[in-house]
Amino acid sequence: MSSESHDEQPRDAAHPTHDEIVAREGHDVEPAEPIDNPGLPEHLPRPTDVDPKLEKRAERQVAGMFTAAIVLAVGFCVAYFTVPKDAEIFGWFSLNLALGLTLGGALFLIGIGAIQWAKKLMADHEVIEMRHPARSSDEDREAALEAVDAGVDESGFGRRPLIRNSLIGAVAFLGLPAIVMLRDLGPLPGDKPFNTVWRKGMRVVNDVSGEPLSPGDIEVGQLVNAQPSVFFETDSHGHAVFHGTELLQAKAKASVIVVRIRPDDITPRKGQSNWDVDGIMVYSKICTHVGCPISLWEQQTHHLLCPCHQTTYDLADGGKVIFGPGHRPLPQLPLAVDEDGYLIATSDFREPVGPSFPEVHQNRD
Amino acid sequence: MSTTSTPLKDTGVGKKAAGPVEWLDDRIGLAGLVRKNIRKVFPDHWSFLLGEIALWSFVVLLLTGTFLTFWFQPSMAEVPYDGSYDPLRGLEMSQAYASTLNISFDIRGGLLVRQIHHWAAALFMAAIIAHMLRVFFTGAYRKPRELNWLIGIGLFAIGLIEGFAGYSLPDDLLSGTGLRFVDGLIRSIPVVGTYIEFFVFGGEFPGELIIARLYMAHIFLLPGLLLGLIAAHMVLLVYHKHTQWPGPGRTEKNVVGYPMLPVYAAKAGGFFFVVFGFTTLMAATLQINPIWAYGPYNPSEVTAGSQPDWYMGWVEGAVRIMPNWEFTIGPQTISLNVFIPAVLLMGILFTVLAIWPFFESWVTGDKKEHHLLQRPRNAPTRTAFGVAGMTFYGVCWIAGGNDIIALKFNLDIFTITWMARVLVFVGPVIAFIVTRRICISLQRKDNDAILHGYETGIIVRSAEGSYAEAHAPLPPEKAFALTARPRVPELTAPVSEDENGVANPDGRKARLRAWAKRFFYAHDVDKPTRFEVEDAAHHFHDDVYPPHDFPDDFSGVSETGVPKQH
Repeated sequence: MSSESHDEQPRDAAHPTHDEIVAREGHDVEPAEPIDNPGLPEHLPRPTDVDPKLEKRAERQVAGMFTAAIVLAVGFCVAYFTVPKDAEIFGWFSLNLALGLTLGGALFLIGIGAIQWAKKLMADHEVIEMRHPARSSDEDREAALEAVDAGVDESGFGRRPLIRNSLIGAVAFLGLPAIVMLRDLGPLPGDKPFNTVWRKGMRVVNDVSGEPLSPGDIEVGQLVNAQPSVFFETDSHGHAVFHGTELLQAKAKASVIVVRIRPDDITPRKGQSNWDVDGIMVYSKICTHVGCPISLWEQQTHHLLCPCHQTTYDLADGGKVIFGPGHRPLPQLPLAVDEDGYLIATSDFREPVGPSFPEVHQNRD
Repeated sequence: MSTTSTPLKDTGVGKKAAGPVEWLDDRIGLAGLVRKNIRKVFPDHWSFLLGEIALWSFVVLLLTGTFLTFWFQPSMAEVPYDGSYDPLRGLEMSQAYASTLNISFDIRGGLLVRQIHHWAAALFMAAIIAHMLRVFFTGAYRKPRELNWLIGIGLFAIGLIEGFAGYSLPDDLLSGTGLRFVDGLIRSIPVVGTYIEFFVFGGEFPGELIIARLYMAHIFLLPGLLLGLIAAHMVLLVYHKHTQWPGPGRTEKNVVGYPMLPVYAAKAGGFFFVVFGFTTLMAATLQINPIWAYGPYNPSEVTAGSQPDWYMGWVEGAVRIMPNWEFTIGPQTISLNVFIPAVLLMGILFTVLAIWPFFESWVTGDKKEHHLLQRPRNAPTRTAFGVAGMTFYGVCWIAGGNDIIALKFNLDIFTITWMARVLVFVGPVIAFIVTRRICISLQRKDNDAILHGYETGIIVRSAEGSYAEAHAPLPPEKAFALTARPRVPELTAPVSEDENGVANPDGRKARLRAWAKRFFYAHDVDKPTRFEVEDAAHHFHDDVYPPHDFPDDFSGVSETGVPKQH
């Protein structure tokens, strides 16, 4: 049978052969390896090791790449100061292209040159290094345990449980200030997720121009993006009522779409039969899934598709979800016409808009 | 000191070392460390480069990221834009977006660095995942490297969050849409979702704080964690020494390769420049995240085809194919339609990955140190499990682009979504079965080559006129490498009761473990015994394979059938 298992190369007293192990242990320890480890293959010289001409050539290649990198680095500086910022080439920014090609080329050549140097010219003898087991020696383990033991013993950590436990308690309780300090990261939600800026009598206006919408503006099958008129109003000083972050926060809830569907096609939700004006309905634009603004409108089927995750609502059927990961129907805004003939809300949304949250079905009115 | 005929201090290096280096060593005693590590051996294999790509792209990210901080302003205060990009001039936008436009259009080289940064981030995550798959499929995570595997999982998880934080900073329409998604995701957390939302955003979405908070996380907290974990990853790598492929001269007790100085230093150092150069060339020629085309964030607008960066694509896909489950119990609503795919799924992925090495070692009962890698075929069940996981990930990832697929291939989006819903469960099962069978076939093929030689491509006509392909014995190095793998352990049934009929107290657990072990090793083809190898060699010429005399220097044939010479 075999005299050697595959992990016995090179051999010394610490690595006995299979037969030696069997002799020592008195029984077979492991099945012998089918094929003996032939040992590290003989080192074969590379062409550059034996042919001085090839060696010189490789040397020139490497030095050539490093020199080209110098040229490109200088080229980068020239491009930086000479190529105008707004120039374009092939529909792409010339400066970006020039800087990127020169810098990228220089970096790339340095890298390739170094690797070429290593592969062709540096000594390529494979070296064997012995491993050591990851664990520390028994001696070290014992000494370490003793040292720790001595330290623990001198502190009296084990003998004085009163001190030990009160210390653990004290450090643990320091977690409380650390948590409490985070309280002012933000205000409590309160009723905010339940309300938007829509009020009774507020006009529905075009989201770009701010012009109020009248029923005649909207044809059957049409979809208009709209906002509450308050976003376009100014206060007595001429400042916008909503601006900056406040405007974005309000918009994130109050954005709506106006659609017109033939009244015969509409099956309103219970208690919402008078929320449309001649088939004109206003729905929240914010998807009830994770809050993307929805706008992909199929006028033939009255389906509204969210471009983010494809939740699909049927606006003729009370905004019911007919496909996709969203769950709650799209909230509808009750609608009327004011004395000037413009579309107005008759109240805020009657349910929360936007993505669901744990309290979404609690009644906060 | 050296006692050779030319004292070392008189050689070139010795003279140079006399001055400042001696000064340094007098104070910090470097020589001990240098002596131990400067010629440290690293084994060579292309697959060991994958982790290196991740490391170097992280360095590129640090360098380019630092450059970007010189101009980026992490503020959500609204300002009118007055930079040099005409189409947006005069528009109200956040300072974050305005300063990103400034970097892109008014700082020379700013766009280049921004694009290097983004490409390097995409490459960083790709390299991490490729490296992780390499480690998984070769069993490199086995004892003693389980902790380094866990550190790697940590790097993977933090890298995802770090990438997402960076993606959100420019505050353009696309990154704002991503944040809106995170807002919905946070809201879906049962019971406390709304509160966490208000704490994270400092009030209602979007608020005016989130960019500054993400900025702190993106440039300080998360890179700090990444840096620390990478350092620990490297220290453990050096301590354990790199794994190596089995081969002639390689054993569990040694490591064969090139010394750190000069070969590895030149190759790895050079490779840093290659990675940096490659990402720079990409940034020069391939556009990524043209934020000026999206416009400032506006919660009432979105572009169709909004996509996250590629590494978040699988979460996006899972969110898209999830059924719309939402339940209300008493006053509480639980949005499983968002919570399961967006929060729970990531947690499950990282948990499964983290547990795997320990689970496998429990199943196999293998507590030995392993430094020789396994070929994927030699651990069929592990490989099959890995490919099943990749299939699950892949289906989710493809589903993340269901709208793009529908558009480009003119398909029905609902059909694609339903296909993905089915495939996400069926696909991994099929992948598992097929992969395991392929691995087992490949094990058989290896054994065939060991015992009966390999196909030479030489057709021999016998005296009777029949044709057969001549086989030549494998070179001994190759044959050894194929057999250098552990034997399949004996699978014994657990003892359910002892000879006195007393039930084994660990009966259930032992039975479960025995079943798992049997499942793990099921149908594994063991390598041939020494007897079989010797017997086959003996009968090589009068075997079923046609006898053929090869010249001594025969070393196989090329693809065109011409015999190769040494």
